[in-house]
Amino acid sequence: MSDGIRDKVAILGMGCSKFGERWSCGADDLMVEAFAEALADARIERDRIEAAWLGIFFDEQSTGKSPLPLAMTLRLPGIPVTRVENLCATGTEALRGAAYAVAAGVCDIALAMGVEKLKDTGYAGLPERTKGTFEDLYLPSSTAPGAFAQLASAYAARHGYSMEELRRAMAHISRKSHDNGARNPKAHLRNRITEEQVLAAPMISYPLGVLDCCGVSDGAACAIVTTPEIARASGKRDFVTLKALQLSASNGVEMGHQSWDGSSTLTTRAAAERAYREAGLERPREQVDLMEVHDCFSITELVLMEDLGFSDEGRAPHDVLAGRYDRDGAIPCQSDGGLKCFGHPIGATGLRMAYEIYLQLLGRAGDRQLGSPAVGLTHNLGGIPNRNVASVALFGLAT
Amino acid sequence: MTGAASIVSCGLYLPQWRIERARIAQALAWLEPPGGRAVSGERAVCNWDEDALTMAVEAARRCMAQAKKSLPAALDLASTTLPFADRSNATLAAEALDLPESLRTADHTGSLRAGTTALAQAAHCGEEAATLLIASDARLARPGSAAEMEYGAGAVALLVTRDPRPGGCEPLATLSAAAHVSADFVDHYRMSGEDFDYSLEERWVRDEGAGKLIPAAIGRALALADTTAAAIAHFAMPGPLGTARRVAQAAGLGHARLQEGLRGDCGDLGAAQPLLLLLAMLAAAAPGERLLLVGFGQGVDALVLIAGEGAAALAQRELAAALSRRRPEPHYTRYLAHRGLLAPDFGMRAERDQRTAHSVAWRKHRELTAFVGGRCAACGAVQFPKSRVCVNPECRRTDTQVGHPLAETAGRVRSFTEDWQAYTPHPPCVYGNIGLEGGGNLLMELTDVEPGELEVGAPVRFVFRIKDFDRQRAYRRYFWKATGA
Repeated sequence: MSDGIRDKVAILGMGCSKFGERWSCGADDLMVEAFAEALADARIERDRIEAAWLGIFFDEQSTGKSPLPLAMTLRLPGIPVTRVENLCATGTEALRGAAYAVAAGVCDIALAMGVEKLKDTGYAGLPERTKGTFEDLYLPSSTAPGAFAQLASAYAARHGYSMEELRRAMAHISRKSHDNGARNPKAHLRNRITEEQVLAAPMISYPLGVLDCCGVSDGAACAIVTTPEIARASGKRDFVTLKALQLSASNGVEMGHQSWDGSSTLTTRAAAERAYREAGLERPREQVDLMEVHDCFSITELVLMEDLGFSDEGRAPHDVLAGRYDRDGAIPCQSDGGLKCFGHPIGATGLRMAYEIYLQLLGRAGDRQLGSPAVGLTHNLGGIPNRNVASVALFGLAT
Repeated sequence: MTGAASIVSCGLYLPQWRIERARIAQALAWLEPPGGRAVSGERAVCNWDEDALTMAVEAARRCMAQAKKSLPAALDLASTTLPFADRSNATLAAEALDLPESLRTADHTGSLRAGTTALAQAAHCGEEAATLLIASDARLARPGSAAEMEYGAGAVALLVTRDPRPGGCEPLATLSAAAHVSADFVDHYRMSGEDFDYSLEERWVRDEGAGKLIPAAIGRALALADTTAAAIAHFAMPGPLGTARRVAQAAGLGHARLQEGLRGDCGDLGAAQPLLLLLAMLAAAAPGERLLLVGFGQGVDALVLIAGEGAAALAQRELAAALSRRRPEPHYTRYLAHRGLLAPDFGMRAERDQRTAHSVAWRKHRELTAFVGGRCAACGAVQFPKSRVCVNPECRRTDTQVGHPLAETAGRVRSFTEDWQAYTPHPPCVYGNIGLEGGGNLLMELTDVEPGELEVGAPVRFVFRIKDFDRQRAYRRYFWKATGA
């Protein structure tokens, strides 16, 4: 059996645009902003990049399909460029393409760029799109908050919580992430909120109020990756390597079979188990120092604490309320503010999460630095709880 | 009576929403002098996702549930408000009911007596072949019109056969004669493509139309039935009660019990109204009593029927069930919006293009219209949609699934939300994971559910409803939804 990606790929440089309602910017501006930072961080010439991956989801309402928006915006010199899309794990998928190319030894330096320009739709929330020619004929006209709200009713029923109790823990999650986002100059939402505000916010999709939902933002993030040997030779003393990068796609069990009760995400469980094995982590609860998870909604983050194995089944609300995932807790979650404060420009999100882990591991997180963490986790959940793609990536300092 | 046509089962469906006449009068009080309108009682009105077709399917399901042994050979659908002018509505209803392809289907429309005409025709069906006759109407009324106070929505289904002892049970009623008058008397009309009826003066209709045409038809029907007016115990006709009283007198039926209809409970059901009146007569009739039923609209259908054993009990049960499924519509503006008479801003999500890939809709019509899923012959797992590879993680065998009808399956809510962002004409959009009895899970929309009513574990059943509208191409799509059981 293959020994996976562990320590085969190093991050040479990363960049992340300011996230927010970037009314004056297009996807090209956002990519240039993230890329300039990454290139300066990597301290290489642009033309040393031998291959690139572009992650973008809603191509139909920003750049159009194809890899050309990346190749043309950065005027890349005729190298292979590939556009990837894997629901909300799109940014992580771009990183996966670049990392696998380096790990395979087919190129020395590769670029992963994720971008999304959401704020050209004309309304709040994610754009409407077709589910396909057959599914449009029978699936409900759902929204992301409505689909994820299902987790809350199923979780409360399964574990015997009242919705009031569950909502209190969910409010803690949103409040915590805003506290973190307030420290982050690149976050979209930098205001602090109270749990009372969360609970009193207008209802979006029961039981999710507007402050249980992440923002909707524009943004880009990118990574330049190489081999650990080249990273070392470039003069970097400390650098970050990939310890694991796993995906799991639903096969329809959740949508069609009652073995899934709607209160968890099966794909996260599958991807996490494989990622811990790939990284050689036997006791992830003790070994993971911080995480950036897919908190598209407060309830998502809550159930993910169990799906990722950090809370016992049915105990996540207690752990959340006890502060276990606060910035001064055992495993800080969303130290940069998360999707809650960054919003969710789909293609960029996975790489934005990796950027925060990268900064924290290198001690470069400034005002929000969490001591000296050694292992960080990123997680995406693309789609809806009923069917989705999950990614789990682990990053650590090169040994 | 061998050879005579009889009604062997019946089903009544009224949409559960009711709007009080007083509420309509209050909303439009500026339009009329005070006290000018008859504002007692309420009308049954469709939810946004109901029309004459979906109501017909519900009435037919009730009718067929009581008559499992007799499968119809024909389906006749009578209505003046069928959604499609050129696409067989009866065929669509037949597919929703999962009836065999060998069925003869026909739409009967163009007059409020379409239901009674179709009933008289069904009496000529072949020996031992049953006809499923459904009358259904959901007429639009202009705000402020008299029609707005009178019209109700609903559907009645009857199973008609000439089999003397269908499935071994006694008929609910036997049809002994039908007489017809064809006369282009325009008491009201609606041109093709128009939304609203144009109605003429009630007094003229009473005196010159109903008052003259109906007694003549009744006389002929009685003669055909070889009976006399004195032998009629129950009489009913659509229209105002005052007119019915005059007609009864003129036809020598003054002694008969006049069925007053259900104006206070549901309003006038249009083409379905005579059949609703028939159910009301049967509910009050003793076995062997003679009934006289009239349909009126550019002429007259006059039918003489004889009540059978068990008719009263079944008709009473259907009436009670339909009248007790009742939910007040407190918002006159929402009532208007659901009929397209008010166009609130539903936001940009409502702009979505709902183009149908008809090649897909045909390929999957059993799934979409009849709600037939798959059941794995190897492991028994029920699933929707039917798929090539079994969804059961312990099975995953290929091409093991056989068609499995789901419409009559019981369901249970496993998770849900009330979504105020997703577009629906009746916010919030309620949807959730529904577990099917015997296995299987579906993410589906719920209807006729208001915020705060639902909980995990709640039992649901499935109803055939409008899924959405393609306004760009003047089309509507149907699918099944869950609703409280």
